[in-house]
Amino acid sequence: MLKPYTNKAWFLVLPVFLLVAFSAIIPLMTVVNYSIQDIFDINTRYFVGTEWYREILNDQRLIDSLVRQFLFSGAVLAIEIPLGIAVALMMPTRGIGSVASLIVLAVPLLVPLNVVGTIWQIFARADIGLFGWALNSLGVDYNYAANPVDAWFTVLLMDVWHWTSLVALLCYSGLRAIPDAYYQAARIDRASRWAVFRYIQLPKLKSVLLIGVLLRFMDSFMIYTEPFVLTGGGPGNSTTFLSQTLTKMAIGQFDIGPAGAFSIIYFLVILLLSWLFYTLMTRNDAK
Amino acid sequence: MGWMAWTLPSAIFFSTIGCMLVGMTIWELRSPSISRRGFIPLETSRGDRLFISLLSSAFIHLAFVGFTDFSLLVPLTIAIIWLLIVMKWG
Repeated sequence: MLKPYTNKAWFLVLPVFLLVAFSAIIPLMTVVNYSIQDIFDINTRYFVGTEWYREILNDQRLIDSLVRQFLFSGAVLAIEIPLGIAVALMMPTRGIGSVASLIVLAVPLLVPLNVVGTIWQIFARADIGLFGWALNSLGVDYNYAANPVDAWFTVLLMDVWHWTSLVALLCYSGLRAIPDAYYQAARIDRASRWAVFRYIQLPKLKSVLLIGVLLRFMDSFMIYTEPFVLTGGGPGNSTTFLSQTLTKMAIGQFDIGPAGAFSIIYFLVILLLSWLFYTLMTRNDAK
Repeated sequence: MGWMAWTLPSAIFFSTIGCMLVGMTIWELRSPSISRRGFIPLETSRGDRLFISLLSSAFIHLAFVGFTDFSLLVPLTIAIIWLLIVMKWG
C-alpha cells in the first residue's frame, strides 16, 4: 500500500537548522554586513554600498590567486582521483596485507596540516632535505624556495601525498561493497579486466567517488595551512592561493570591508562549483 | 545584535530571503511540489528552482557591479525577471 506523502518530517530537521544557524548562517550574515561598510571600530562605520565588491572584482591580486586556485584544484582532482582509484584496485582484499595497507594509507590522514607542511618544508629542502638533496644529486636543478615551477611541484606532491589515501580508502570501501555475483557474471561472459572496471567497478564506485570529488574539491579550494608553512605563498606570489590572499587582507591589513566582500565572492564560487559537481554526478540517478 | 553591524539594506535583503523561505515552506506544505523538467536540463523541484535563480541572481549582480557602472536597479530588475522565468518555466 502506498503511504500518503508528507513533507512534515522536515520539521524534525529544525534542531540541526538552529545549530547551523548559530555556527554558519549568522556569521555569514555578519560578513555580508561587513562587506557593505567601511568599518573603523564598533561605533565608527560608514555604509559604502557595492564599493568593496567593485574594488575586489577588479583587483588583479584576487584574479591571479583565483586562477591559481582553479589550476591547483583542477590538478589535485586530476591526479588524486585516478591515482586513488588505482591504489584501491591494487590493494590486497584479504589477509594481513589488506590490514597493513589500510594502516599505511591511513597514516598521512592522521598528520596535522601544519605538521605536513613542516615535514615537506624540510624534506624538500635542497641543502639538508632528503628529497631535495637527492634530486639535486641526481643532477636535477631543484629549489622550491626560488623556482615557481619547483614550488608548484612540491605543493602538489605534498597534497597528493596527504590526501590520495582518502580517495583510495573511500574507493576501497566502495569496491568491497560490490557483491561477488557481479564478478562471477563477468567471468561467465569472459569480460576483460577493463570491461570489469568500466561496467562493474566504476559505476558501483560512483557514490563514494562523488563524496571523494566533493571533499577533495572543497578542501583543495580552501587550502591554507600547508602551502603557507611550506612556501609562505612564494616565491613571489606563485603559490599564494585564495584563502591566503584573504587572510592577508583581513588579518594582516585589517581591511574588514574588502575582506568581507572577498569572502562572499569566494563563498559564492565554492557554492556554485559544489552544486555543479553534485548535480552533474547525481543527474542520472533520479531517472 | 550590535556586533553584527546591521545596515538597513542588508536587513531588507535578509528579510526578503527569509520571507521567501517561509513562503516556500508554507506553499510546500499546502501543495507539495512535483519535480519536473523545464528549460533547465535537470529535473527540478520548486525549491531547486528558487536556489538556482537566487544563486544566478548573485552572479548577475556581481557581473554588473564588477564590470559595468550601471545602477544596481538594472541587475535587480534582470534578477527578478530571471527568477520569475526560472520559477515558471525552469
